[in-house]
Amino acid sequence: MLKKLKPLSLLLFLALPLMLAGCSTPEVLDPKGPVASQQSDLIILSIIFMLTIVAVVFVLLTIILVKYRERKDHDKYSPELHGSMLLETIWTIIPIIIVVILAVPTVRTIYSLEEAPQPKTAEAANEDPLVVHATSINWKWVFTYPDEDIETVNYLHIPIHRPVEFKLTSADSMAALWIPSLGGQKYNMAGMQTTLYLQADHVGTYDGRNANFTGEGFNEQRFKVYADEEADYQQWVEDVQNSAPELTQYKYDNLLIPGVYEDGTAEFNGTHLQWIDHSKNADYTLEAWDRLGYEPKNPHAKDKSQNLLREDEIPYYQQDNTVDNSDEDMDSEEHAHAGHE
Amino acid sequence: MDLKWNEFIITGDPLILGAQISILLGGIAVVAALTYFKKWSWLWKEWLTSVDHKKLGIMYILSALLMLFRGGIDGLMIRTQLAKPGMEFLDPQHYNEVFSTHGVIMILFMAMPFLIGLINYIVPLQIGARDVAFPYLNNLSFWTFFVGMALFNISFIIGGSPDAGWTGYTPLATNEFSPGPGQNYYLLAIQIAGIGTLMTGINFFVTILKMRTKGMTLMKMSMFTWTSLITMLIIIFAFPVLTVALAMQTFDRLFGSVLFTLQGDGNPMLWVNLFWVWGHPEVYIVILPAFGIFSEIISTFARKQLFAYKAMVVSIVTISVLSFLVWVHHFFTMGNSAEANSFFSITTMAISIPTGVKIFNWLFTMYRGRITFTTPMLWSLAFIPNFVIGGVTGVMLAMAAADYQYHNTYFLVSHFHYVLISGTVFACFAGLIYWYPKMFGHKLNEKIGKWAFWIFVIGFNVCFFPQYFLGLDGMPRRISTYLPEDGWTGLNMISTIGAFMMGLAFLIFVYNIYYSWRYSPREKTGDAWGLGRNLEWATTSSIPPHYNFAVLPEVTGLDPYWDMKEKGLDQQKNTDYKPIHMPSNSSTPAIMSALMGMAAFGLVFQWYWVGIVGAVGIFITMIVRSFDYNDGYYVSVEEIKETEAKANK
Amino acid sequence: MAHDHNVNPNAPLEYQSEAGRLNITGFWTFLGAEIALFSTLFASYFALQSRVGDGPTSIEMFEAGLVMIMTMLLLTSSFTCGLAIHEMRANNVKGVIGWMIITLILGAGFIGYELYEFVHYVHEGVTLGTSAHWSMFFILLGTHGLHVSIGIGWIILLLIQLARRGLTPKTASKVFISSLYWHFLDVVWIFIFTCVYLMGMVN
Repeated sequence: MLKKLKPLSLLLFLALPLMLAGCSTPEVLDPKGPVASQQSDLIILSIIFMLTIVAVVFVLLTIILVKYRERKDHDKYSPELHGSMLLETIWTIIPIIIVVILAVPTVRTIYSLEEAPQPKTAEAANEDPLVVHATSINWKWVFTYPDEDIETVNYLHIPIHRPVEFKLTSADSMAALWIPSLGGQKYNMAGMQTTLYLQADHVGTYDGRNANFTGEGFNEQRFKVYADEEADYQQWVEDVQNSAPELTQYKYDNLLIPGVYEDGTAEFNGTHLQWIDHSKNADYTLEAWDRLGYEPKNPHAKDKSQNLLREDEIPYYQQDNTVDNSDEDMDSEEHAHAGHE
Repeated sequence: MDLKWNEFIITGDPLILGAQISILLGGIAVVAALTYFKKWSWLWKEWLTSVDHKKLGIMYILSALLMLFRGGIDGLMIRTQLAKPGMEFLDPQHYNEVFSTHGVIMILFMAMPFLIGLINYIVPLQIGARDVAFPYLNNLSFWTFFVGMALFNISFIIGGSPDAGWTGYTPLATNEFSPGPGQNYYLLAIQIAGIGTLMTGINFFVTILKMRTKGMTLMKMSMFTWTSLITMLIIIFAFPVLTVALAMQTFDRLFGSVLFTLQGDGNPMLWVNLFWVWGHPEVYIVILPAFGIFSEIISTFARKQLFAYKAMVVSIVTISVLSFLVWVHHFFTMGNSAEANSFFSITTMAISIPTGVKIFNWLFTMYRGRITFTTPMLWSLAFIPNFVIGGVTGVMLAMAAADYQYHNTYFLVSHFHYVLISGTVFACFAGLIYWYPKMFGHKLNEKIGKWAFWIFVIGFNVCFFPQYFLGLDGMPRRISTYLPEDGWTGLNMISTIGAFMMGLAFLIFVYNIYYSWRYSPREKTGDAWGLGRNLEWATTSSIPPHYNFAVLPEVTGLDPYWDMKEKGLDQQKNTDYKPIHMPSNSSTPAIMSALMGMAAFGLVFQWYWVGIVGAVGIFITMIVRSFDYNDGYYVSVEEIKETEAKANK
Repeated sequence: MAHDHNVNPNAPLEYQSEAGRLNITGFWTFLGAEIALFSTLFASYFALQSRVGDGPTSIEMFEAGLVMIMTMLLLTSSFTCGLAIHEMRANNVKGVIGWMIITLILGAGFIGYELYEFVHYVHEGVTLGTSAHWSMFFILLGTHGLHVSIGIGWIILLLIQLARRGLTPKTASKVFISSLYWHFLDVVWIFIFTCVYLMGMVN
């Protein structure tokens, strides 16, 4: 029987390097910015400890199985043995020590990720983080640059070496903004705002997506992050400001209809913040559905067509609905915390 | 609900049509067979209305095996869809339904009833009792579970399955984002089954506390009984949370309340919190009995007393307490304060300490033992390394700052499959094979069993080990397809191959049940393995008579049956029989549960009048029960003598 | 039950049979689960307390007088329920039935006032769908009210059985258990009174 047990453990040990050899470095362990690299360091540290524990248990198990399997002479058999204060103390204390060793950097990193990454150069120190509102809508992403007064759908440009302060919220379902190369995810929730700091240190194009299940189009809720040199980034902002069409409330409300964005990506002049900040008003999306005549349909309905109204059929869009969202109140963020303490 | 008549039965999908036809044919075949062999009355009187904990245990296990098949098919469909990028085997909506039902079925309708089935059969025997504290309630528990299960399972044929994940997160699960009956099925089916589980919790808690045989103090109980006791305690405190949470979401969907909705200032995060306040202890509800099963089997086939019994007891109690203090680790990424995330990181990591202690205790139970590699022992041995892999990745996930990168990915998927399959599923197989002779009077064939074991364990690793790397490479869970340029193709293909190996192993296991029923030699004694340590092996016949023990055994220490054998005492020599009082069968639980099913089915489609009629019916059955003063019956001394004499032949 | 009916004549009637003892332990365990259930409801209520949306706050709706009457009714019913058990110990069936009927009348009065309160709120425009706060208010109080109503129905059934069969170990354990249930609901109400009404009227 024992001969058969060995291949199993061998398989497990062999699988690891094989897999590492079989593919390139996994995205999470190939960080492109300071946030992702703090997390990657923590992960590698924990993997080392964990592999040690796995090795100890595997070796012990193998030894015990070999030595104490049933055989003709069982002179080592001692059925009365049923405890050892010393051993039990050892294997209680050692895990405690390991937990403590891992807890310290974990807690330190948790606190560190609450702040924008520390700038490396003196000139960078003078710059505030770039503020981008990332709003999740079933099933697309809207990125808002309030200072630049532009908005993009399903892609974003960021300058390298400068922290980006993502203000996350959702127009509907709970989503999670995740750009593995730049750092871990955080939830987007309607009626609330959460903050995620990320930063790219290398020029490149990175995959970003919604990581939290939101229904039928969840797959497609992806976006590209273009990390550019500062100058290129500024150029892009200018291009958008000069050439992109104006965002109207009707256009924006149409984005709120659940669906995959047909055109892939888009960019607009002006932001949706002039009408609505989803972190302050959770049911705006449902109101927009009503205005446009959208009705949620049973996924198994035979007829899933919608009869949406045209802009000129809706008096609401003929008036000015701009609201003042300029004041940065911290209410919603505190709300987010109050939920689970 | 605005449901058209032609949308009631799901049509248009060849896979579902296939299932519909096979269910129809299967149903006709069962009905025809029962009618032809005139077995209806036998089925009703001997099984469905039975209050015998042993028969209920078997019915639980059969239902669980059926659900393992259903949930397994779901799993294979998921893996087929993900085998290659851009597969069109399932469309996204269908995929969402399949993974949602896979999760619910595997946890609530497979793992729990399987373990509850084993607990039902074994624990009363291990504590030297003739039945549970509330046999009637036990039957009701089974039926509520069964009706909940049936209700949940018909959803994919009638009306459509839930599609918001097994976690049913709001606001996705609210009417606006999950229209249609699917999520109603989820809420009502789990509600009914959950009530049954709560009753089981109360029943076995009292049974173990109050009905132990003479001499069996708490610290002389078998480890399986201990883990069951603690599990029941967790059920008692965790399941009411689920009951409330489900009721609240049901109110949102059916009666217009605005608790978790976007409108009315609702708070979707509250659902997430409530779900995991139940959900995390739930994990320990399905893992602690598994620990108990492994403890029994390892100690039996190492022929040694469990190492550090007291430490084992302390560990499970510690785990049960900690299980209520870690729920936030399921959503570290919700924007919690750094203080909260740090606290829950540390409590979560702390769980690894008592768990680690248990692993070493199992290892040292075998130290200086005489290990025989029977199939149940192989499953238990495979548990140790695989569970350690699942456990250490659990510690990695507990580190909140790193979890931001693992959360919602295949790293997490792999982690919980490692702990739940190598913990719970291995334990279910191990326990079923180990106690099979106790239930059916013959063993399962060892050779076929070992084939199933090796194919399953290797397939399991082939399936899930690559998923750690997929997760680290940025593959999120619950996506229905991916692109070739994501670079996940190879590992996904390997994973799918592993999944089908597990499927094959399951078929071999089922074949083994048939093969062994035909060809395995029948056991002559109560101690089928010859190495039994606890009282379940002390019965006269392999399958215990309905009253379990003709004379209740007396216990002086741990491993009482081993002790008796060592001292040359023979339980069967004692023939000082007295009439035995036993409970009568009852048909009200089946009827009551059927009415619950009817009411819930009506509510799924918002036919409120069906709900009201069902509720009235339930109250009437309760009134009938209240006036029922049937006190059971006595088994006469003659009948005991006759039964015991037959058993000894 | 699968146990010997070893009767212990020195214990109170409801504890005399093994089945009676098990039922009482079982019911205490059930009350443990009920505590978890109501704790969850209270925790949810606290989590949603400030989420009134466009609807009114508690302070605008609550009426102290009404709540005081309801509280007095339920507290008194708990006392009369205790008297019923006292009579049971004295083996006086008529006393048990008499005090229990008074208990039920008080309980029914409580339910009557609660229904009146709910109807009143609905007339004022406050319903289940007004805001998360009010949804939770109705669900928390509704759960308690439903418990009381079920208790009334249950005890009526027990009184019929008591009238027919007199005091036996079995009927006694049933009545005793129903009294535990009744006292428990009273305790829950004290929490509702404090946490929902008093605190709601203060802030």
